[in-house]
Amino acid sequence: MIQSINISKKYGQAEVLNIESLDIPKGQSFGLVGNNGAGKTTYFNILLDLIRPTTGEIINNNVVVNKSEDWKTFTGSFIDESFLIDYLTPEEYFYFIGELRGMNTADIDTFLQQFDEFFNSEIIGKKKYLRDLSKGNQKKAGIVAALIGNPEVVILDEPFANLDPTTQIRLKQIIKELTENREITVLISSHDLTHVTEVCERIVVLEKGEIVKDIKTSAETLKELESHFAV
Amino acid sequence: MILRFLKLEWKQFFRSSYWQKSMALNMLMGFFAIYFLVSFLALGFGIIPILKEFSPDVDPLQKLNSLLIFWFLGDLIFRYLMQKLPMMNIKPLLILPIKKTILVHYVLGKSVVSFFNFLPLFAFIPISIMLLREDYSTIGVLGWLAAMISLTLFNNFINFLINKNNIAFTSIAFILITLITIQYFGVYDITPFFGHLFDSLIKTPLLAIVPLVLAISTYFLNFKDLKNKVYLDDAISKKIKEANTVDLSWADKLGDVSIFIKNDIRLIWRNKRTKTVFFMSFLFLFYGLLFFTQDTYNNMPTFLVFVCIFITGGFTLNYGQFIPAWDSSHYKMLMSQNIRYRKFLESKWVLMVVMTIILYFLSIPYIYFGVDKFLIITAGAIFNIGFNSLFLLYAGSFNRKRIDLNKSGFSNMQGTSATQFLIIIPIMGIPTILFFIFSKLIGFNAGVIAIAITGLIGILFKNYFMNLIEKKYLQDKYATIHAFDQK
Repeated sequence: MIQSINISKKYGQAEVLNIESLDIPKGQSFGLVGNNGAGKTTYFNILLDLIRPTTGEIINNNVVVNKSEDWKTFTGSFIDESFLIDYLTPEEYFYFIGELRGMNTADIDTFLQQFDEFFNSEIIGKKKYLRDLSKGNQKKAGIVAALIGNPEVVILDEPFANLDPTTQIRLKQIIKELTENREITVLISSHDLTHVTEVCERIVVLEKGEIVKDIKTSAETLKELESHFAV
Repeated sequence: MILRFLKLEWKQFFRSSYWQKSMALNMLMGFFAIYFLVSFLALGFGIIPILKEFSPDVDPLQKLNSLLIFWFLGDLIFRYLMQKLPMMNIKPLLILPIKKTILVHYVLGKSVVSFFNFLPLFAFIPISIMLLREDYSTIGVLGWLAAMISLTLFNNFINFLINKNNIAFTSIAFILITLITIQYFGVYDITPFFGHLFDSLIKTPLLAIVPLVLAISTYFLNFKDLKNKVYLDDAISKKIKEANTVDLSWADKLGDVSIFIKNDIRLIWRNKRTKTVFFMSFLFLFYGLLFFTQDTYNNMPTFLVFVCIFITGGFTLNYGQFIPAWDSSHYKMLMSQNIRYRKFLESKWVLMVVMTIILYFLSIPYIYFGVDKFLIITAGAIFNIGFNSLFLLYAGSFNRKRIDLNKSGFSNMQGTSATQFLIIIPIMGIPTILFFIFSKLIGFNAGVIAIAITGLIGILFKNYFMNLIEKKYLQDKYATIHAFDQK
C-alpha cells in the first residue's frame, strides 16, 4: 500500500531522516517508535506531502505523493492541533471535513453516532470552539475527523498522548476494528511502548532518522523494545 | 522582591515576540510611536496659544479646564476598549512562595506604568510649562498638574473596576454623548460647572488632594476586589465565550465555493483580528467625507482617485493583503485535504467582490458631493473588483508570515512583511497614473473610463489570471507550509 523508496531529508548538513526502503502492505497496523527527534513526524509530513524529501519518493496506493494529489481522497490524518480549525465548533469542523469528502451533514451525524462512547459526551453539543477545548478533547476531535469519509489509509501522530485512560482504551479498540477487515492501513507513531505493541502488528524503531528495528509484534516485543530504549 | 519583579518585566518586554520582527517593521512602529508622542507634545505646547487666539477675552486655562471633562470621559471609553488588567501574567507565580497580596499589588502597580498613563503626560507636562510661561502661580500649576495625573490614574483604576461591564460602559458612553449633544445644540452649557472645579485647583492647589484620594481609594477598591479572586477559575481565567452557531446554509447557493465561503464567514466573525478588519472596511467608507468637504482636494481630481479606491476597497485591501495567512494556523490541514486549490482561492475572490459591491451600494449617498465624485467611486469599485482583488490574491502567494487570529486587531502588524508595502504601488498607483494621463490628455471622463476599463479587463480575463495565480500558489506550497509553521 505504501512504499517508501530512498527517502531522506536533510536540513543543511544535518540529516533528520534516511529510510532506504519501507513497505507497508494494505491492511497493516503499523507502529512507528522512537525518541524525540528520531524522524517520526518528519516521515509522516513527507507522506502527507507537507514537506519535500531531499531524495526519494513515497508511493501511497500507486500514487507518488509529491507528483499527484489523488492520495488525498483516500488518506485521513491527524498530526497535531494545527490541523484543527480552532474557531469552529467540533460539529462544524466535522461537517467541513465531511463536505470536502463528499458527505452531507446527515451522513456526518450518522457517522458520528458510532463515536458517542469515544467522545464521552464532551465534544458534541457543547457550544464551545475547538480552541477552547482541552488538549485531550481537541485530540479526540482530530482523530475522529481523520476517519471521516472511509479513508483507506489513516495516519495518526502520537494519538495516545494527552488522552485519559478510558479514552486510550477506547481508541485502541477503534484502531483494532479499523484494521480488522484488512481493508484499512493504519500508521501510528507513539512514545508509549505498551500502547503500540498492543495495537500494531508491526513496529519499526527509528533512531536519528534511520530504521534500527523492524519487528513483527509478538509476546516478547514489549520486552525487546523496553530493553532497546533502556540506556 | 520588587527588584525581582522588575527583572521579570524587563525580560518580558525585551524578549516579547513584539521585537522579533524585521528591522524595517520595528522602525515603522517606532516611527508611529514617535508620531503619536510628537502630536501629543504639539497638542500640549500648542493648546494654550490656540485657545488664546480663538477666544482672546477668556482666560485660556479656564477655557481648557471647562473642556477637560470631555477629555477624561473620552479617555475612559478608550481605556475600556483597549486596556485590560494583565492578570494572566501572574499565573506562573501563583505556585511560588509569594504572598497573594503582593501579587495583586504587583499587577495593579504594573498597570500604572502603562502607555495609557504615559501618553497624557506628554500633553499635561507641556501644558504646565506653557502655563508657567504665562505667569500662572507655580504652586497653582503644580497642583493642577498633580490633579491631572491623579485623575488619569483614577481613570486607570476605575476602568478595571467596571472592566467588561457593559452596563457601566453604556452609561459612560451615554453620559458623554448627552453632554456633547446638549453642549453642541446649546441646550445647556455644562462646561462652566466642571470648569470651575478645575479652576479652583489653581487658586487652592491643596485641593489636588481630592483627586489623589480618589485615585488611591479606587486602587484599594481594586485591591480588595482582586485579593480574593486570585484563583484560576476566577480572575486568572481566560473568558470562554459560548460558541454562537449561526446557520449559514444560505451560502450553499453559491455553488462549490460555498464550503470555503462559510468557513471564511466564521473565520471573520469569530476572531478578533479579522473582526477588526471587517469593521474597519466600513470605516473606510467615510474616508470620502474627510476629503470631499475640503476645497483644496476638490480641485485635485487625481488625488480623489486615491480616496475613491479606499471608499469601496476597504475590505478588499485589508482582508486581501493577508491572504492566505488568515488560514496559516490550519494551512497544513487544508493542504492534506482533498480540496481543489482553485476553489479555496475563488472563495476568497467571491468574498472580496461581494463586499466591494456592498460597500459600493453604501457609498451611493456620495452623489450629494457631485456626480463626478460618484463616477470616480464607480470606476474605483470596478477597479477594485477587476484588478485589485486578483492582484491581491497573486501578491498573497508571497505572504510568508503567520497570523495569530486571536490577537487583537488594533495596531497589530503581525503578518506584515515587505509584500504589504510593495503591493500599495500598483493598487493605488495604477489607477492614479491612468487617471492623471487620460484626464490631462483628453478629459475627466476619459480618465474615469480608463480606470473602469482596466477593471473590466480583469473581470473578463478572470479565469486566465486565476489559472496563473493557482499555479503560483501550488508552486510555493512547501515554502508557505514551512513559513506558517514558524511561530
